[in-house]
Amino acid sequence: MIYLDYQATTPCDQRVLDKMLPYFCEIYGNPHSSTHVMGEEAADAVEKARAQVADIISAENPKDIIFTSGATEANNLAIQGIAHFYKERGNRIITSVIEHPCVLETCKALAREGFDVVFVPVLSNGIIDLDSFKKAITSETILASIMTVNNEIGTCQPIDEIGKLCHERGIIFHTDAAQAIGKIPVNVKNIDLMSISGHKIYGPKGIGALYINGKERLRVSPLFHGGRQERGMRSGTLPTPLCVGIGAACEIAAKEMREEYTRLVAFKSYFLRQIFDNLPKVYLNGDRDKSIPGCINLSFDGVEGEGIMLGMRDICVSSGSACSSQTLEPSYVLKSLSIREDLAHSSIRIGFGRFTTQEEIEYTASKIIETVRKLRKMSPIWND
Amino acid sequence: MKYSKEVMDLYQNPKNIGSLDENDANVGTSVVGAPSCGDVIKLQIKVDENGCISDAKFKAFGCGAAIASSALITDWVQGKNLEEAKNIKNKDVAEHLSLPPVKLHCSVLAEEAVSKAIEDYQSKQKNLNKKII
Repeated sequence: MIYLDYQATTPCDQRVLDKMLPYFCEIYGNPHSSTHVMGEEAADAVEKARAQVADIISAENPKDIIFTSGATEANNLAIQGIAHFYKERGNRIITSVIEHPCVLETCKALAREGFDVVFVPVLSNGIIDLDSFKKAITSETILASIMTVNNEIGTCQPIDEIGKLCHERGIIFHTDAAQAIGKIPVNVKNIDLMSISGHKIYGPKGIGALYINGKERLRVSPLFHGGRQERGMRSGTLPTPLCVGIGAACEIAAKEMREEYTRLVAFKSYFLRQIFDNLPKVYLNGDRDKSIPGCINLSFDGVEGEGIMLGMRDICVSSGSACSSQTLEPSYVLKSLSIREDLAHSSIRIGFGRFTTQEEIEYTASKIIETVRKLRKMSPIWND
Repeated sequence: MKYSKEVMDLYQNPKNIGSLDENDANVGTSVVGAPSCGDVIKLQIKVDENGCISDAKFKAFGCGAAIASSALITDWVQGKNLEEAKNIKNKDVAEHLSLPPVKLHCSVLAEEAVSKAIEDYQSKQKNLNKKII
């Protein structure tokens, strides 16, 4: 079995797991129990993890990191939390049409509450349309949320520029960086809030983090009420092993990012050359250069995405076709690129990562070429 | 998508792929679905002098369920007369393939393809008879 779906999730790195294990059965104290040694040891581990997470995004103060159950919760906490806490300042929220569903749905829920939400379009290469973004800014705008890297097509958004733009106008800027951490350098210099996920960076599932700029003394209304952990913004006992896991994952990712990036760039260029040299009418969705190297989204004219995946069941990839979704709608991200509708159904996403090998890439490329050729022969909309 | 063994077998070794001569008066052709919806089936039947379907071919753009449904229905119609072929229902196809609920529309499309191909054949025959008269 070959796993090439690293945007969906990543395997937990063995080194990460090793760091986590003692915190299940040995050092199991409640990190919020500061009255005894077991609690203190757990608290120390959590604080070390907080610093490791802060490090990878160049946040000066580890206290600005709040642990959550994942990026979905971090995005909800950031967007709902800011909107509710600062609702006296204004009514408008700006986001983009290609955000992850946990951002889009949160924004839609706020719209139902009465917030005025603007969904800014993207250009045909999957990069946000900055002109539209600028035009959407009003004196009523309190928050903008634009993802750092898109999960389907891998495009990198100009978040520094957007952050500066927001700050010139006194707008709080949030970015969902779940797909960016450990893949490209990320810095919170121009960012007020940033969401992070554990399981996208070879850490455990069930943990994420939200950076909240402390210098600006930003506050978010909590999503749930309880023992006022995490400075009152996220109640609930912290899962020490998972915190240790995301911390260790961040430290490893920071150390190995440069080397990994170089390796994946070579994989991507080899893979695309194989595909384009052997198959006509294949289209790369997104932007070849302004994207992370480990995410390749291709449309194969004349064949359907799920049909391709079925022809290579020993390879795990994903598809933007309607047939592979429960809703029977093709990917909204691909639709937003204004590509031909049938090409949205013809897409597959191939994700490379830390444990991908050259052999796996060679095998996958040849298997895709073989399957697409076979399916095109039986396609009524393909003419050789 | 978790598919039954029947779907996987038909996907891996689909029978009846190909085309028949569209201009042949004894051939009925249909194209159903739309590329923008992610499913297109082109289906053709050839009818012999006894009014029975002697050959059936298909091409499909779509998922495993669309390919398997077309392969199965083109198999089933062969040797049947037009009335019998019309009586093959999407439910039979879906049941035979154990299609998941979200894929039922693929079997509906296959049934529609057969009935439209029969219609095409019948209208061709009607025009032919007119010319003879």
